[in-house]
Amino acid sequence: MRPDAEAIAEQVFTALADPTRRDILAALASGGPATATDLAGRLPITRQAIAKHLGLLAEAGLVTAAPGERRRVRYRLRSAPMQVAQQFLAALARDWDTALDALADHLDRSVRAAGG
Amino acid sequence: MGFPDRIERTVEVAHPPAEVWAALTTADGLASWFGNEATIDLRPGGSARMRWTDGPTAEMRVERVEEPTVFGFTWQIYGLPEDDPRRTYVEFTLEPTGAGTRLRVVESGFAQLPEDAFRKAYDGNTDGWASELGELVAYLDAA
Repeated sequence: MRPDAEAIAEQVFTALADPTRRDILAALASGGPATATDLAGRLPITRQAIAKHLGLLAEAGLVTAAPGERRRVRYRLRSAPMQVAQQFLAALARDWDTALDALADHLDRSVRAAGG
Repeated sequence: MGFPDRIERTVEVAHPPAEVWAALTTADGLASWFGNEATIDLRPGGSARMRWTDGPTAEMRVERVEEPTVFGFTWQIYGLPEDDPRRTYVEFTLEPTGAGTRLRVVESGFAQLPEDAFRKAYDGNTDGWASELGELVAYLDAA
């Protein structure tokens, strides 16, 4: 495991551990790029709180700010760190226990079907 | 955090290696316990495919075929985009025991990341990072 992969994944999981940041990321994922003011209109949080969370998300590389005047800066989701984190989740989601149980059941059934 | 690069399981089954081999390497076998439908071209470099009735499919590439002891294939990492080149390697090893077979499965490669994935993941606030949609718009505008 490369330690930098862990660092990226950790930032993703830290971001996702906070409900407000999950809401912000979900809003950007579903609605596309938005300003802090747009997001404040859609979410039950103050613009100041959203700006603070967006700053943190940008530092973690999870959102990126398009150049623009202050208050008109549009934030967009960056998928690359999510893909790194997804790879870690994939190892946890790969369910060999269930698959191997199914294999054992299948072998037992085939033998019974063959009159064993 | 310490996420795993490899997953390893060993199970004892009360059936001889030939039966286990058939379950692992034939379309009928795979469709009976793993996917809901399966096709397989059982030779190194051959393609195999599994489909589940609830939607997902898995495209596999057969890598090792040493009947009836080693069967290996690569497949995509679950959850990553379809065009992502990263794949994990799955290897089944069958060892005869008195009454049946000791079956070991090792899936490795979860921690692999190509350089460009790191570059993208770290490349924080770059200007002009064009999204697919941005590229499509530019393409349409140019046409």
